[in-house]
Amino acid sequence: MFGRLTWEAIPLTQPIPLITSLVVIAAIAAAVVWVTVKGWWPYLWNEYITSTDHKRIGIMYFVLGLVMLVRGFADAIMMRAQQMIAVGSSQGYLPPEHYNQIFTAHGTIMIFFVAMPLVISFMNFVVPLQLGVRDVAFPTMNNVSFWLTASGVLLTNLSLFIGEYARTGWLGFPPLSEQQFSPGVGVDYYLVALQIAGVGTVLTAVNFVTTILKTRAPGMSYLRMPVFCWTTLASNLLILAAFPVLTATYAMLMLDRYLGFHFFTNDGGGNSMLYMNLIWVWGHPEVYILILPAFGIYSEVVSTFSGKPLFGYRSMVFATLAICIISFCVWLHHFFTMGAGADVNAIFGIASMIIAVPTGVKIFNWLFTMYGGRVRFNVPMYWTIGFMLTFVIGGLTGVLLAMPPVDFLVHNSLFLIAHFHQVIIGGVVFAIMAGYTYWFPKAFGFTLDERLGKMIFWCWFIGFHLAFMPLYVLGFWGGTRRLQHIADPSWQPWLDLAFVGALLIGLGIVLTVVQLLYSIRTRDRRRDTTGDPWDGRTLEWLTLSPPPHFNFAVLPDVHGEEAYWTRKQTALREEKLIEEPDYQAIEMPVNTPTGVIVAFFASLCGFAVIWYIWWLAILGLIGAFAVLVWYAWRDEHEHVIPADEVARLERERRRIRKEQIQTWPRPA
Amino acid sequence: MTSVETPAVGLTHGASEDTGLGHRGPESKSIVVPYGFWLFVLSDMVLFSALFATYATLAHATDGGPTSNELFDRTLVAIETLALLFSSFVCGLAMIAARRRNLIWTQIWLLVTGLLGAIFLGIELYEFAMMIGEGAGPQRSAFLSAFFTLVGCHGAHVTAGLLWIGTMMAQFWAKGFQPHIMRRMMCLSIFWHALDIIWVAIFTIVYLMGTLP
Repeated sequence: MFGRLTWEAIPLTQPIPLITSLVVIAAIAAAVVWVTVKGWWPYLWNEYITSTDHKRIGIMYFVLGLVMLVRGFADAIMMRAQQMIAVGSSQGYLPPEHYNQIFTAHGTIMIFFVAMPLVISFMNFVVPLQLGVRDVAFPTMNNVSFWLTASGVLLTNLSLFIGEYARTGWLGFPPLSEQQFSPGVGVDYYLVALQIAGVGTVLTAVNFVTTILKTRAPGMSYLRMPVFCWTTLASNLLILAAFPVLTATYAMLMLDRYLGFHFFTNDGGGNSMLYMNLIWVWGHPEVYILILPAFGIYSEVVSTFSGKPLFGYRSMVFATLAICIISFCVWLHHFFTMGAGADVNAIFGIASMIIAVPTGVKIFNWLFTMYGGRVRFNVPMYWTIGFMLTFVIGGLTGVLLAMPPVDFLVHNSLFLIAHFHQVIIGGVVFAIMAGYTYWFPKAFGFTLDERLGKMIFWCWFIGFHLAFMPLYVLGFWGGTRRLQHIADPSWQPWLDLAFVGALLIGLGIVLTVVQLLYSIRTRDRRRDTTGDPWDGRTLEWLTLSPPPHFNFAVLPDVHGEEAYWTRKQTALREEKLIEEPDYQAIEMPVNTPTGVIVAFFASLCGFAVIWYIWWLAILGLIGAFAVLVWYAWRDEHEHVIPADEVARLERERRRIRKEQIQTWPRPA
Repeated sequence: MTSVETPAVGLTHGASEDTGLGHRGPESKSIVVPYGFWLFVLSDMVLFSALFATYATLAHATDGGPTSNELFDRTLVAIETLALLFSSFVCGLAMIAARRRNLIWTQIWLLVTGLLGAIFLGIELYEFAMMIGEGAGPQRSAFLSAFFTLVGCHGAHVTAGLLWIGTMMAQFWAKGFQPHIMRRMMCLSIFWHALDIIWVAIFTIVYLMGTLP
């Protein structure tokens, strides 16, 4: 009846997962009670859970990513503590089978459920606004994508309470991940959760490529799009071409595990090296899926806070697309040591070095944008400059690793760990924090506290370097990754340093929560009444903060690059706004619970597959199909916002803008 | 684009007006929906490309078991192929009938499309059953794992297509030729033709190349 699921699955004898489970359950229960007591369910249901508004969905992705950041960080600090304690004669506090689950969960969660949702949250929130349109191409599918991602998150975290998680490392390499060596449910949790989330991600990519290529404001030609839209386009093209490979690879591993196929097994002619190739054909583009939108965020920030258009806009676009293409030609550098031969290694080594060239172009473009500008050192700019310093070092160690002879020495070492954390934290996380501070006032109508923001930056910046520079050293000394116990006591000082660094990063995360709460409490002091708090240059700053549901009463007519800046300067010079147009009623897509219900059935089906409860799996599939058919049968597609209402909201915005024209400095 | 505003004062990246597409604003839904669906189909083809690459790698990893030459029957596959290609043609007829708002012929052609798809699927399942009966199931060797997965994945897509055809017929019957139903029909037809493209590749790489002397 319940397949492999028995009471044994609950970790009653292991104190750490048990206590964590109880705390998490208590926290969730407290949140549910709080929302119920406050009577917020109807608001949450109507404005967020069932919303098809890209801005709301973006905010949900952000919250999801932030919560998972805390989970992923908890794993990180546990690993750092274990490595600091378990030196020499001490064995530390985490037994190997638990430690292995923690590093697997840390990697998987940080990439799939922190970095991806956070990056996608910005795509959602920003891209339609920057393109000057009212929503993404497929608003309902957007909601479905979000909930499928949330379903993957749910299943991954469920493994903490029921069963166990994979002990294979975040990419689940066979033959270790095969049934023979990993007979438990851990690998199945890993595979099923990522398959479900992966479907959501592919649908997101379909949505954004269509949105960017087919729905832009009149006059917004390709070479007038803000760089963030370009990088989002490139990133989503990569998702479209890379994620299906991941789906296929995981599907094959599942067939091996569930039905005894022989893709990657040791016997039957299977070939585990095939898995390495396939998974990295996805895995390497994935790195760029994350970093390209990050580059876009820095581009927006650096141009706004330098008060200048981005230097070398077109070279930025070409560099982005060059990275997009070359990123598919370098996957083999993840396993030079596999033995493909000197010629193959040389080709992939050279390709990996070439990809540093367009990245270098970008760095110079940002520097030249700042050069000669009136740079305002607000928090987003701190993150951007911190990124440039950190990322260049990370890039250099990357070029080192791209040389096969060097790679043979430091492959799978702590040097590699330091390298990729340097580019992912210094690149992606810093961008997320910059974007969070930059676009927060657009989303909520008030800015975040600057002083706390700078403290958060210093915590991360110093903490990161303290935590990871020692790992470069240890890597050079021959320290391999994923060590549960460290034999050499002379490593102790470096491990202590790394732990202190992790603590500082932890303080940065705590301060982020403090900053949010403090900023909410003091929001009346920091209202963004104009919709343009940073003297912005792109169209999202044209609307009010927060923007109305329909974003723009009339789709802006775009002339030249920097659509909003051009318009703003014209208005300031001529001391008047453009002619008031005829307001028309606007049709917006209706809310729908389809996403959340489909994700419910997907989670049910996924859980059933993990535990071999086949009747429930079939029930889940039928349920999901039935919901989609039910949705396809709907008759009401859009609700209409009457012209009067549109006119009222837009006139209010024009009133504010007219006042602004009187007070703002004239253009030179 | 005719209106040329005076370039703004201050720093901009020039103000050329002829940078290409996009002057009309957002495309209509009849463009956007099939376009997005095409992108999805392309990503699906990438999924198949991973399976093709796997098959190519493992095609000779027979582990002492039967090889492709011993297993495949060209005649059976030829009939299968004809059924599928012909169903694509009939799907085109259904699309034409739908454009002419002819409910009866739309339903008839959709039904025929589905029946031909079902014949294809039946032959495929028969082939699978034969092979498994001979002890050449997917657990036998890496080659057979790759074969069953690649061909089976196509078969799973055909099954999903049949489900969709059934739902589509029900929707035509219940809702008539509303614009969103027509867009969905367009997507169905893209999907069904795409399955042909995949099948042509399977036919060539798996069956023809697998039965070369």
